[in-house]
Amino acid sequence: MAHDHEHEHDNEVDPMAARVRALETILTQKGLVDAAAIDAIVETYEHKVGPRNGARVVAKAWSDPAYADWLRQDATAAIGSLGFAGRQGEHMQAAFNTADTHNLVVCTLCSCYPWAVLGLPPVWYKAPPYRSRAVIDPRGVLAEFGLRLPAKTKIRVWDSTAELRYLVVPERPAGTEGWSEERLAGLVTRDSMIGTGVALMPEPA
Amino acid sequence: MNGPHDLGGQMGLGPVAPEADEPVFHAEWEKRALGLTLASGALGAWNIDESRHARENRHPVDYLSSSYYEIWTKGLERLLERHGFVSQRDLETGRAVDGAPQPKRVLRAADVPAVLARGGPCDRPVATPPRFKAGDRVLTRNFNPTGHTRLPRYARAKSGVVETVHEGFVFPDSNAHGDGENPQRVYTVVFTGKEIWGEDADPTLTVSIDAWESYLESA
Repeated sequence: MAHDHEHEHDNEVDPMAARVRALETILTQKGLVDAAAIDAIVETYEHKVGPRNGARVVAKAWSDPAYADWLRQDATAAIGSLGFAGRQGEHMQAAFNTADTHNLVVCTLCSCYPWAVLGLPPVWYKAPPYRSRAVIDPRGVLAEFGLRLPAKTKIRVWDSTAELRYLVVPERPAGTEGWSEERLAGLVTRDSMIGTGVALMPEPA
Repeated sequence: MNGPHDLGGQMGLGPVAPEADEPVFHAEWEKRALGLTLASGALGAWNIDESRHARENRHPVDYLSSSYYEIWTKGLERLLERHGFVSQRDLETGRAVDGAPQPKRVLRAADVPAVLARGGPCDRPVATPPRFKAGDRVLTRNFNPTGHTRLPRYARAKSGVVETVHEGFVFPDSNAHGDGENPQRVYTVVFTGKEIWGEDADPTLTVSIDAWESYLESA
């Protein structure tokens, strides 16, 4: 552990905070990393790339059957047409929920996640409980998210073991006929696009 | 490797504990860890497979008790040391003591949007026709390599059905160790819950993996 004598009084500093700060100091002093580039990366994933991207894809698929077909055939291109592409979205696949089948995405080996449409993964997605149980006890996992599926619903778990990244397209809720894409997108949660949830129901009028 | 990262089917790790309205980052250092990891990757000295292996190749006690940004940070230190950019003395003192080789490139703030938008596609042309087609029954190989692999233990020596034939992709088992990209076709292979977990499995469950061609044999 790097020890910084200037901060001896600062006993409360998180050991990881100190460790990462030391690494950044070393790399910037050597001219290997530009601190402003780190700021730009953080800004991108804190404010620009997140699950609202995926929600727009889903809402468009709900509204436009031709787009839904394209998403089924070539998800990378269909998603790219909305301006969402790049890191951890280079090779996209869409998994459509149906009345019979519920899709659930996991990466048992690390933390593979479709950043381009969902942003950075939540902590639980990267943590051992989800990664260990999603493939063997998906119903138990879903119950912890408050989702109880009918016993006859088939569950398909997609383990992201290669470079393909999966976006679940939840079923469109009833009672949303005639809604605009923008309004529909408001029903599409991040978890519904991982498969640990379903789309929100519209508020009763 | 049969490492601590290969978690599918393990038990006793507790509930999932989703967090309502989870923030993107839980601490300032996580932001810097993310940025450092991506900016260091842009130096061009290693590939994504080598970085995955640097993260997973840890003592299980360490791996399982570390948060994911901790794992990333520890993996990054290892990669930087291996490629000569950071020394043990640098890490011990917390400042640049030793020199570093000239990197292929340094990521500048102005280039970040374009670099992230481009990403790092891993598909590669493969000259030979696919060995399997959709609907084929295949058997995953039984192997236990000491190096990097993306065939999880739970899916070894299991019978499944090819659902989709994909294009060629960089082969992580060799690429992680500097032994070349050696692209192979990738297949989405679907298994029944019963095939993987036995008679007590959820009868409605199917699980798929994405498998490189050399992970598969005809069944």
